[in-house]
Amino acid sequence: MSKQLDYLDELEAEAIYILREVAGQFERPALLFSGGKDSITLVHLAEKAFRPGRFPFPLVHIDTGHNFEETISYRDDLIARIGEKLIVGYVQDSIDQGKVVEQKGKNASRNALQTVTLLDTIAKYEFDACIGGARRDEEKARAKERIFSVRDEFGQWDPKRQRPELWDIYNGKIAKGENVRVFPISNWTELDVWNYIKRENIALPSIYFAHERDCITRNGQLMAASPFLNMDEEDIVTKSTVRFRTVGDISCTAAVLSSADNLDAIIEEISSSKISERGARIDDKVSEAAMEDRKKGGYF
Amino acid sequence: MDILKFFTAGSVDDGKSTLIGRMLYDTDSILADQLEALERSNRKNDDGTIDLAILTDGLRAEREQGITIDVAYKYFHTDKRKFIIADTPGHIQYTRNMVTGASNANLAIILIDARNGVVEQTVRHSYLVSLLGIEEVVVCVNKMDMVGYSETVFSAIVEKYKALADKVKLKHVSYIPVSALKGDNVVTPSENMVWYSGTTLLNHLELVDVQQDKTKVNARFPVQWVIRPQTDDLHDYRGYAGRLQTGVVSVGDSIQVLPSGQQSSIVRIEFFGADLQQAIAGQSVVLHLKDDLDISRGDVLVAYENAPIPSKEIEADLCWMDSRALDTSLTYFLQHNSKITRCKINEIMYSVDINTLEKHAADSFKLNDIGRIVLKTADELAADSYDENRSNGAAILIDPRTNITVGALMFRTIL
Ligand SMILES: Nc1nc2c(ncn2[C@@H]2O[C@H](COP(=O)(O)OP(=O)(O)O)[C@@H](O)[C@H]2O)c(=O)[nH]1
Repeated sequence: MSKQLDYLDELEAEAIYILREVAGQFERPALLFSGGKDSITLVHLAEKAFRPGRFPFPLVHIDTGHNFEETISYRDDLIARIGEKLIVGYVQDSIDQGKVVEQKGKNASRNALQTVTLLDTIAKYEFDACIGGARRDEEKARAKERIFSVRDEFGQWDPKRQRPELWDIYNGKIAKGENVRVFPISNWTELDVWNYIKRENIALPSIYFAHERDCITRNGQLMAASPFLNMDEEDIVTKSTVRFRTVGDISCTAAVLSSADNLDAIIEEISSSKISERGARIDDKVSEAAMEDRKKGGYF
Repeated sequence: MDILKFFTAGSVDDGKSTLIGRMLYDTDSILADQLEALERSNRKNDDGTIDLAILTDGLRAEREQGITIDVAYKYFHTDKRKFIIADTPGHIQYTRNMVTGASNANLAIILIDARNGVVEQTVRHSYLVSLLGIEEVVVCVNKMDMVGYSETVFSAIVEKYKALADKVKLKHVSYIPVSALKGDNVVTPSENMVWYSGTTLLNHLELVDVQQDKTKVNARFPVQWVIRPQTDDLHDYRGYAGRLQTGVVSVGDSIQVLPSGQQSSIVRIEFFGADLQQAIAGQSVVLHLKDDLDISRGDVLVAYENAPIPSKEIEADLCWMDSRALDTSLTYFLQHNSKITRCKINEIMYSVDINTLEKHAADSFKLNDIGRIVLKTADELAADSYDENRSNGAAILIDPRTNITVGALMFRTIL
């Protein structure tokens, strides 16, 4: 047997270690499940960390209502297979309660609204730790985030007040009202995730793979034509062969032209890719500091 | 393909950000939209080329001040290795950030500006590298383009550094003359320094052996979580989940449970439903023992031989990380592996002036102070010395008033 771990084994072992630290250190943790490949990977890692026992946390999905159908059916199948608890927080509820106001105009999306629903859900169930699938390679602000990242009562992240994080000792002590966001796959890159998905044979929602779809072009990006998009006569619908690199609110997740309809083709495409994954998310484009602002406001 | 974690240390303006940017750029690790954002930004070099340093200093406050003030992690790979870079600030007021970045690294790059040579900061950085037990050091003499790519300048700096390396007890040191700005010897061999016959920085990083062979050290397995499904078909199932820090464990091995000292042996090593004959350092697995013992999170399973002797008193180096000074009358929390216990600092033996390396008496530690202390814990710890075992010899201190991590501890002698 080799006395040295392969890089995917090492990343996997680290993520499992972090998940078990969450189990050991917190009273009421939760796993934030978006339906995207990163949170699907987290669920797989949680199975490796806790089977044959149950997960020591429920899955929590913040549902914008503007979904790709495929992700919801994927989610329900997954829950049925793993037999764990799912909690859904609906952005529509926050809208109905008057806590948030639906955006208007052509580029309206519910992406910004989900922060409120998330914070309400955290408060309602008194979650003290929320596991998320963010990675440090996604974006510059994230490159500085801790693996255990403390949020105040308002869900805010203060980059200046981050705790030092040394060795693999994670300090999960918090005051009442605070909670910790935990990122077990911080050290993975997008390519690492894909290579892992392939190695582990993890099933993904079909929208990750190339398929034919009605699309329109907005701000230079391809968007799935859907009833959730405020379309007008300027928007010309064309059939294109596309896939999605992230799965979010359908009204702000851009597609990429691609013929990659299997994992090998996707890995090949990413290895030589000219666009970063977040480049396909419209909401990050607004300003270079967009992500930083959203994080301070309690976004995932 | 394995993983190399390294960090870079240098004074402000030595070219750290440029060096990392250069490495990412020349290995094609920067994607088109990121490059485009770079080109949009109005920071340019004097000659109009894009400023590679922007790639690594992230947050807005830092962009405004133009300096890195935290640890930023960057990732890239070649076909030989995956690299994780901890980019840390070099100024003395950020010593704690550097300690943080260094705590997880297997290799340190120490940057020296060819025009300035070994300076006070170089001494400090080298001392920290030694304190944190980083085995491999690469000294990059940067800005060689500004000293006419002179071999004499380079050799003089190497000589000077060797004396320093001896003084702070660094084991493996390599020296590379580079120009981060122009790219010499970073990823591509320099045509301006034919007198240099060594490898490029990237080549060195790809080939250097940093497995200080964790598997040769005695087995240490802190229990993180006990798996007990308590279902009908798994009624008696009891598995200890954790990550093997060091060593190797095999089915049949005798072990001790610390701090209680109970003995048993491993009957099963499980990973996601599969049985393994053996687990090696770094693997997260589930262990099953022959005897039904009372074991919970915070306990450590260790190899029968060379087991640590549980103790409540430890001599350690402490790096203070909080703006509120160390209070020797206060009880802190100490977190060591999966165990948290109460802790007091009973004695400050000395503090070290990290610029001159002189020791002097002290009655408290302020932010960024480092020195030797004796601590006393409420519960026994099954710890090793940091020199013998970097994972089982380290701990953090937590302020009970704020819950903030205020100190980094490296155990030197278990009393
Ligand atoms: N001539 C020259 N200038 C360099 C070199 N490396 C960095 N610089 C310049 O030195 C300045 C500081 O570099 P930067 O990377 O921001 O330093 P940091 O503070 O260590 O991150 C910038 O103006 C760089 O362009 C080099 O190899 N040669």
